Amino acid sequence: MTAVLTWLVEPLQQEFMVRALLVSTLVSCVCGLLSCYMTLKGWALMGDAVSHAVMPGVVIAYALNLPFAVGAFVFGVGSVALIGYIKQMTRIKEDTVIGLVFTGFFALGLTLISKVRSNIDLSHILFGNVLGISSSDILQTVVISLLVLTVLVVLRKDLLLFCFDPTHARSIGLHTGVLHYLLLSMLSLAAVAGLQTVGIILVVAMLVTPGATAYLLTDRFDRMVWLSILSAVISSVAGIYWSYWMDASTAGCIVLVQTLLFLLCFLLAPRHGLLAQRRRSPRASRFPSA
Amino acid sequence: MPSRQPHLCGNERISVRHLCVEYHGVVAVHDASLHLNAGTICALVGMNGAGKSTLFKALMGFVRPSAGTIAVNGLPLDQARRARAVAYVPQTESVDWNFPVNVHEVVMMGRYGAMNLLRIPRPVDREAVKEALDRVELWHLRDRQIGALSGGQRKRAFLARALAQGASVMLLDEPFNGVDIRTEKLMIELFEQFRREGRTLMISTHDLSHVTSFCDQVVLINKTVLAYGETSSVFTSENLALTFGGLRLEASPTATIDPDPRQAP
Ligand SMILES: Nc1ncnc2c1ncn2[C@@H]1O[C@H](COP(=O)(O)OP(=O)(O)O)[C@@H](O)[C@H]1O
Ligand SMILES: [Mg+2]
Repeated sequence: MTAVLTWLVEPLQQEFMVRALLVSTLVSCVCGLLSCYMTLKGWALMGDAVSHAVMPGVVIAYALNLPFAVGAFVFGVGSVALIGYIKQMTRIKEDTVIGLVFTGFFALGLTLISKVRSNIDLSHILFGNVLGISSSDILQTVVISLLVLTVLVVLRKDLLLFCFDPTHARSIGLHTGVLHYLLLSMLSLAAVAGLQTVGIILVVAMLVTPGATAYLLTDRFDRMVWLSILSAVISSVAGIYWSYWMDASTAGCIVLVQTLLFLLCFLLAPRHGLLAQRRRSPRASRFPSA
Repeated sequence: MPSRQPHLCGNERISVRHLCVEYHGVVAVHDASLHLNAGTICALVGMNGAGKSTLFKALMGFVRPSAGTIAVNGLPLDQARRARAVAYVPQTESVDWNFPVNVHEVVMMGRYGAMNLLRIPRPVDREAVKEALDRVELWHLRDRQIGALSGGQRKRAFLARALAQGASVMLLDEPFNGVDIRTEKLMIELFEQFRREGRTLMISTHDLSHVTSFCDQVVLINKTVLAYGETSSVFTSENLALTFGGLRLEASPTATIDPDPRQAP
């Protein structure tokens, strides 16, 4: 018993651990909420694209001594707009355009970082650095998180309707174009926030996995949101502890816990889990159709 | 002005004048004009590709006309939409049936325009939803996830949403497609009730038996409005041959209804 208590309490004596836990809990709330929309809208690839595309923005912002969030936001939204534009003007399919645009931006970021002499550590951008997060980065993350949370909470019903049935949304006079780009802007901002904890490479997990996990557990949107946030927070906290005690990559641990939670639900979810489905139709699962 | 019952000022509900719609230069609707009054059920009859869905989309403002004007309840389309005057039930619902919403929530979406920004249902919204679900006989299934309904029940759920919206004009694109006979009867009964309430319904179909049984007016279209008016006077075999003989029509230009080119306003 006391061993467990020590295991939990000892890290909290380090200030950097407390900060890391608080920041990543906040970020998890934002990403957990947003990931419900990403999952339902099928925007995982878009999330991946945006999170990679913010890289040059972050580098430029650091070089110019601007808040990194500003640069990241400009490039995040810029990439989304560019994807939309190219898709509209050509006959190239969307996933191809997404792959094309985000790698281009990412390559630009890599080139810049190797050329612009600065004190940015590439690995911190790629893999996150939540244990060494600076005060100004915390401030930015908090501002971004509160902004995204406010927008998503106020517009949650409209965004839900937009994801479910955009035609009806339009027919009652909602501006679906505005909702579309608003959701993508929130995605850019959440990616920037998530980047602080797990870095560019793994931030898409923050934007997808909690929502997907929750989607296996319920058929109600409200519950899905809470479950998603819960799983995101649990993953972050458990992942940070794990990485502390094992001295392993924080981003790796956080995302690994998320993935394990998903696998657990995939197996055991009451209605949509593998076991429940087998129980319902043992024949169908023995002869899976193609 | 939020109103559950269609407001009855003025009698003209839909007014389309010389409407042309093109898709990338290809004409889908040419010089169509029609006017519908309150309390009318109008059938929109034409072959596949005749432009029925396009006409509906133009009436919703989803496609931009290349010429002509449309007014609903005497208002331009964006105003009519914001007043939630038009309900639209598309030919195929493009929704994700696995979406985590139940029937009650879907019907409540019809009320969104009338609610405050946070879309928190008020008692009147709940009443409207209950009434709508009762009328389509789905109240007992209100807690079902939307995808767990049968095809006919899904149609009824979307009809209930249109009803909850309180629209005075309803555009129903091929509502009887893939619907069993019992649901079809229920729907026709509902449509007749809607007419009594003063609503205007436009229903596209290619099943001619429906038209004579409950529609007051018919619009026959093949790119353009070939004929329109009271069912009895429009539904002649001559007109029907014109409507469904599209190939012959295009082959000989003299057979086309004179398009009277572009009287744009
Ligand atoms: N999005 C679109 N882009 C290009 N052409 C279209 C589009 N939608 C419909 N069309 C064309 O417009 C014509 C009318 O189509 P539609 O209104 O769907 O007919 P209906 O509903 O009567 O079957 C058809 O020739 C169809 O090919
Ligand atoms: Mg059609």
